[in-house]
Amino acid sequence: MDKLIISPAPHIHGGDSIEKNMRGVIIALIPALLVGFYFFGLGALIVTLVSVISCVLFEYLIQRFLLKTEPTITDGSAVITGLLLAMNLPSNIPFWMVILGALFAIGVAKMSFGGLGNNPFNPALAGRVFLLISFPVAMTSWPVPSPLTTSYLDAQTGATALSILQGSDLDIPAITDLLIGKMGGSLGEISAIAILIGFIYLLVKKIISWHIPISILVTVALFTGILHGSNPAAFASPMFHLLTGGLLLGAVFMATDYATSPMNPRGMIIYGIGIGIITVVIREFGAYPEGVSFAILIMNAFTPLINKYVKPRRFSK
Amino acid sequence: MKTFRIGGIHPEENKLSAGQRIKTITLPERVVIPLAHYSGRPSNAVVKRGDQVKVGQLIGKADGYVSANVHSSVSGKVAKVDVQLDASGYKRPAVFIDVEGDEWLETIDLTPDIERKCHFSKEEILTKIQSAGIVGLGGATFPAHVKLSPPPGKKAEVLIINAVECEPYLTCDHQLMMEKGEEILVGVTILMKVLEVKKAVIGIENNKKDAVEHLSKIAQSYPGISVEPLKVRYPQGGEKQLIDAILKRQVPSGKIPIEVGAVVMNVATTFAVYEAVQKEKPLIERVMTISGKDVKKPGNYLVRLGVYLSEVVKQTGGVPKGTGKIIGGGPMMGRSLMNLDVPMAKGSAGIVFVNEKEALRKKDKNCIRCAKCVTVCPMGLEPYLLMNQSEREMWIEMERNRVMDCIECGSCSYTCPSNRPLLDYIRYGKSTVGLRIRKRQTEKV
Repeated sequence: MDKLIISPAPHIHGGDSIEKNMRGVIIALIPALLVGFYFFGLGALIVTLVSVISCVLFEYLIQRFLLKTEPTITDGSAVITGLLLAMNLPSNIPFWMVILGALFAIGVAKMSFGGLGNNPFNPALAGRVFLLISFPVAMTSWPVPSPLTTSYLDAQTGATALSILQGSDLDIPAITDLLIGKMGGSLGEISAIAILIGFIYLLVKKIISWHIPISILVTVALFTGILHGSNPAAFASPMFHLLTGGLLLGAVFMATDYATSPMNPRGMIIYGIGIGIITVVIREFGAYPEGVSFAILIMNAFTPLINKYVKPRRFSK
Repeated sequence: MKTFRIGGIHPEENKLSAGQRIKTITLPERVVIPLAHYSGRPSNAVVKRGDQVKVGQLIGKADGYVSANVHSSVSGKVAKVDVQLDASGYKRPAVFIDVEGDEWLETIDLTPDIERKCHFSKEEILTKIQSAGIVGLGGATFPAHVKLSPPPGKKAEVLIINAVECEPYLTCDHQLMMEKGEEILVGVTILMKVLEVKKAVIGIENNKKDAVEHLSKIAQSYPGISVEPLKVRYPQGGEKQLIDAILKRQVPSGKIPIEVGAVVMNVATTFAVYEAVQKEKPLIERVMTISGKDVKKPGNYLVRLGVYLSEVVKQTGGVPKGTGKIIGGGPMMGRSLMNLDVPMAKGSAGIVFVNEKEALRKKDKNCIRCAKCVTVCPMGLEPYLLMNQSEREMWIEMERNRVMDCIECGSCSYTCPSNRPLLDYIRYGKSTVGLRIRKRQTEKV
């Protein structure tokens, strides 16, 4: 006891860390990833690996040589960006496009704003939308699910459930197929069950709270329910909307991104309702079959405003 | 089970000294009795060098209403009245006494019998509490007689006894309840008489089931007093949180508990009230916990005021090897001590030893905006935002975001995954904003 440490209270810490939270998110993504690997085979694996490796590498290089700061790639956030970007891509997309998407996600959307915690927009979604605008054809030709296939760029393509809804006269897939993920789509968004398992894990580990995902899903269900009720021939059922496209993946994993979502339950609910409404408007009335990515990015832009004006429930008001 | 409604955390309880019987620390050769407390004005010495004093004799007279008397905890000769470095880290006035024997004032009843009947009037009781120098023993050390005299126009409806002891490690209140249960209940009836209330609730966290049972059993013969087991959740011992947990009423911002009809007293203070009123014994000693993961025999000890903490530690097994930090009080809200040569004060509830590994803070990282600090804040504040504004000295915005409501419980810093020093900055901002508010008020007058 030669020296005593003097510091203000509290003198103990709960042991939570950035790494623990990020590891939790990665674990929660595993079920959805495995379903993607199963239905889209080798292509899904290649796209995921390329995405993760390039995200981590770009973050390292930018911190090391451009910003000249201590690299923080071990915190796991770049891995998550890589995983989420891959999960939002078709599994037959050429890998150089994946690398470009990763560069935009990490380089522009994340690091140019100051890195983890400072980015106003979800990096993975920014990367995805960058690719969608730059390469609309590659980004919207979806491989049909064929278990454990080894085809990659030459995969057979088809329509997604949402694009079927918007124009083609193909049959809408059965609900059970939507639940397990036997449908066309981005490689990580197809299985509702796998994503819900991840959601429950995140809730149990207290990594996220229920407010954002549930308010998005409830809003979408209500809004599409009203539309469907008023004109069932023109508008799909709420169940269909909930289970297709990137809605679940977006609601659980993308909209809940810490840095880009509001900081208290009230704000989170407003943000979730906003995402839900914009998603349905784009899906039902817009030019794109899918609107979750845009909806989240638009609400990302409102997050600072929400934080400023929507305060948590104060003690004694 | 009841608990407060906003925020809160559940740190590792580490009640290592639970169930350890209270042992008495033997008297050293010299004691240094502080004349200042954390709250209120310091008392003025009424003895001088060379005076002979007995145990219980007044040595410091309260300076005004919001101040408390100080009594000698030993018999002997006053060596000097001087300043002494105390647990707060400041040098403050104290009376140095060389111990000779252990001779108590004749008026103090030293028999172990429990005096159940209180024959005094409300005013007499208040006078006794005030002259016995009783302050809140939960840590804030606010003079008890002030709390027990509601401002004109306000009336207490219910008395709440704070026996929550939500700080990790500390068990002194728990053990006191186990050994002095009946006395505490008598103390509650005395306080009820002073406040003229018909109802009192003793709030105990449910990790002290034996105390809940013990006091419930005794309380059966004391009408109007009930025991409320509470879900374990920090900072339930915070006055506002405890009232919310028990009464489902929230004390408005900037107001005191009487605003919602409640008065809160710590359980050890209640015991001190019993001793002062029924035994004529001023506040000259208290129970404290000595604990820590590397402490060989964590325990609860009855210590006279003014005994150097180094002496207490010497008698209880010494400083454990590898100690990196010594905390006066609990690990959530206590102060880290510069050394142990500080005197035992009325607010000293414990000494906790932390090893070097746990004592060091981890390096802080970027705020990842996870909002966990907002979730755990028991006052519904936004710690991340307050820290941000404090760093930038945005005092007006901090006041608007209710920094003065912060109870400094430390739940935000405890929870932050990026190890950010949230409370350090908030405290800095809070003290600056507090100064600005006071300045504004004096200017107005």
